[in-house]
Amino acid sequence: MSNASMTRRPPLRQRLRPREMIRDRDTAVYGVLIIVAVLFPIISIWATNGTALVSHATRAGYWVLLAIGLNVVVGFAGLLDLGYAAFFAIGAYSYALLASPQLASSPAHHAVHITFWILMFVSLVFAAVAGAVLGFPTLRLRGDYLAIVTLGFGEIVPQLFYNFDQWTGGINAVGLIDQPRLPVWIQGPWSGDGPVAWVRDFNFNGDPVAYYVLICALIAAGVILVTNLHRSRLGRAWMAIREDEVAAAAMGINTVTTKLLAFGIGASFSGFAGAYYGASVSLVSPDSFLFIVSITVLVMVVLGGMGNITGVIVGALVMYYIVFYLIPGLPDFARGLASDLGLQSLNNSNGDWPGLAEETQRLNFLIYGAILVGVMLLRPQGLLPSRVREQELKHAAVQEDEAAVEQAHAR
Amino acid sequence: MSVADYGFYVLCASAVVLLAAQAVLNPTQFAQILVFGLTQGSIYALVALGYTMVYGIIELINFAHGDVFTLGAYIGTTILGFLAVTEGGFTAFNLIALVIVFPVVMLIMGGINVTIERIAYRPLRNAPRLAPLITAIGMSFFLEGIMFIWKGPATVHFPDILPQQSTTVAGVFFGFKDVFVVVTAAILVSLLAVFINRTKLGKAMRATAQDRDAAQLMGIDINRTIAATFFIGALLAGAGGMIWGLYYNTIYYQLGFRSGLIAFTAAVFGGIGNIPGAAIGGLVIGLVAAFSDNYIGSKWTQVVIFGILIAVLVFRPTGLLGMRVPEK
Repeated sequence: MSNASMTRRPPLRQRLRPREMIRDRDTAVYGVLIIVAVLFPIISIWATNGTALVSHATRAGYWVLLAIGLNVVVGFAGLLDLGYAAFFAIGAYSYALLASPQLASSPAHHAVHITFWILMFVSLVFAAVAGAVLGFPTLRLRGDYLAIVTLGFGEIVPQLFYNFDQWTGGINAVGLIDQPRLPVWIQGPWSGDGPVAWVRDFNFNGDPVAYYVLICALIAAGVILVTNLHRSRLGRAWMAIREDEVAAAAMGINTVTTKLLAFGIGASFSGFAGAYYGASVSLVSPDSFLFIVSITVLVMVVLGGMGNITGVIVGALVMYYIVFYLIPGLPDFARGLASDLGLQSLNNSNGDWPGLAEETQRLNFLIYGAILVGVMLLRPQGLLPSRVREQELKHAAVQEDEAAVEQAHAR
Repeated sequence: MSVADYGFYVLCASAVVLLAAQAVLNPTQFAQILVFGLTQGSIYALVALGYTMVYGIIELINFAHGDVFTLGAYIGTTILGFLAVTEGGFTAFNLIALVIVFPVVMLIMGGINVTIERIAYRPLRNAPRLAPLITAIGMSFFLEGIMFIWKGPATVHFPDILPQQSTTVAGVFFGFKDVFVVVTAAILVSLLAVFINRTKLGKAMRATAQDRDAAQLMGIDINRTIAATFFIGALLAGAGGMIWGLYYNTIYYQLGFRSGLIAFTAAVFGGIGNIPGAAIGGLVIGLVAAFSDNYIGSKWTQVVIFGILIAVLVFRPTGLLGMRVPEK
């Protein structure tokens, strides 16, 4: 009697345990991200009849990659890096110089064209080496002094690319950068290219859908790598250092090597992102790697929830949407709104009034600043904080409440 | 003495030798650059003091401070324009206007900075450490946005109302402006030093910077002390903005970003949290910038400043005058 009930397999729903999977926030977020990543190009191309939105997504992608990399440094190891754009610049220039006609007009007199798939890793190595070279003498600095060194490095590197203009073209930027090639590629209606077909000797050539696939693959590889690192011995060492460096050292962790690895691995991600950036934008100029880039990536990491990979990805996407889509789109929106409401007169410039769209554009800085302050005040722990941090914060809050109650009693 | 100390002294000595060689080759030019560097450095010192005070007390890199400095210049030019001062010369009216406008601008900036602290930093005092850093960046953009809307993206003229007199001593050109900048900055820094070392509130600030919890147990009102720190930092930044405007006569809304970064570098250079260190750091950075502009080329100045910063921190991890405090 009991045999029959024991041998009967539980229903599929119970075995998959979808409820628990959804309840585990990270799994749920990854699930949603994967579904969105697959559906996004199909739906956006079908709905807007163009690939403009997919191009946006390819650009959002390298920000995600940068944020994942910076999260290793800031979120896992707790080292504040204010010059992350420097490594991004090194990655981008490594690719741009070794895969474009630029070096022909330099003192080397010989253009180099190496394929993207190799240079991707070359850029990675260059950026990681730069991270190690900067990190080795400076990582023994405590706390915010390290942040200042990285800030200084971040200011120096673009200026160097700017100053060595006979090699890098300086302000004229490096253009005509080679595109990645693949022996085979599959095209189909999902990318708006008609029926399914094999393409031989495929050249990316600025094709947004191809770049979209590439960046999704890079992000997926990065996420898997970082998740495993986080769970490894090294990841736990990072956490120990973040929480208490002295105690970690007392427990036998080599703090310098561990921090150096965090720095190097973080930098290698931006090298990766840099190579991708160089290929997809096909124009690398020193102005693209200023302090504001480092700050934007840092905001993505903190806003998303430091130390939590899903949080950082979501933070990067949200920030990209705000900074590069929502705010630049506001002037047109305001103009449209005014004409819909029958207030066309607002749109014309008149004396001191530059026109509604122009005036809205002037508000950009203000809006961006207000959003940053507002979001941080509402959610100081970030949008999706890591579980451990969340518990710590709750604990601290409870302690404070208890202290307040005690004080009230004492009176 | 450790290896790092020797490295630091070798670095300093080689810089001194290189500069001495220039001084012997062309003393007039050298002295001229020295004058310019000191002038520039005094302004950086005023701004750096605000950074270092705030960092000393709540360990926050206050990115908005550079924009408070610029906003001071913007408010100054507006009030001076309102008073219809005569430009290009010095009249009694100009003197009265300056005597009134300086404190007014300083007080306005103090009020604004206290408000910023109240809105953007105080609610986050127990939040993760990077949260107030992000709000500081947000406030920086916000202030830049206000200046952008107010006067537009172009450079803004600041009334030129100081005396134009100048003298030449042994071939070195001194303007009244140079003297004015250095003297005003020196007075303000001395006042600050007296305030920090002699008054009760100054003592409270030092106590709070040393150990906030213990200070609180001793009956110090932490919130009031921190607000006072922001207030005083902004007084100096406001004065710095006015001086910058009076000296250069052009300002623009992103001025605070670059000069704030350099002033902050100066604060770190002197040992962050250390008030005399910030003043000296400001002067040193001003001199370094001036020498590099003239002897190496202005496109390398940024590389030189930040390169020296990194080198100093490598050899002397807590800045020029910073204490080696044990980790808590």
